[in-house]
Amino acid sequence: MSNSQAMCTSFKTEILSGIHAFGTSVVRVSTAADLLKTALYLASSSQGAGTTAYGITGEVTGTNYTAGGIAVTNANVPANSGTTAYWTPSASFSWTNVTLTTSFDCALVYNSTQGNKAISVHTFGAQTITAGNFTLTMPTNDSTNALLRIA
Amino acid sequence: MINTTKGEMDEALLEKREGFIENDNESTKWLEYWHESELVHRSVNVTLKKALVSTSEIGGFNV
Repeated sequence: MSNSQAMCTSFKTEILSGIHAFGTSVVRVSTAADLLKTALYLASSSQGAGTTAYGITGEVTGTNYTAGGIAVTNANVPANSGTTAYWTPSASFSWTNVTLTTSFDCALVYNSTQGNKAISVHTFGAQTITAGNFTLTMPTNDSTNALLRIA
Repeated sequence: MINTTKGEMDEALLEKREGFIENDNESTKWLEYWHESELVHRSVNVTLKKALVSTSEIGGFNV
């Protein structure tokens, strides 16, 4: 046996559940998972690593689309495999019977419970929707495909 | 029946067009219905392939 230097895999997983607070943290009202949401952004917007919170600037507008987007279905507990922690929403993001005439190419996942703080930005080829559905299908929730991974 | 900009329409009255692209980032399918040269329905399904990965490192001690 020998010792090996590493960031503990359990720590990576626990980061996703808010177990550790190295800086000033927040007061939680319960131990339940936060409510996450996702919103769509126009191709002309500027979402990215510098995004700190959800905002309406650059968000899509259109028939049957509600500002702020939709709730993320989260029945998956953050997990790990090997040395990778990972998490994926447990259902696809889906907007039904919408008309979004200005091209959009981005989905922002954010934490509605914690002041709409940003989590991740996902981009794809620019799209428009006409009296139809827009679906973002989630990848397999494992250490090599999950939507969010800490390796 | 297909939901369109003109309400529910019989699919037989519409021209159906489908498309598909796949690259390193996504696999995307779209479905369109046209009526008399007018786009009346467009749906899209995007599967993201490039997950977001944050790599972690730890520093060493000065000894």
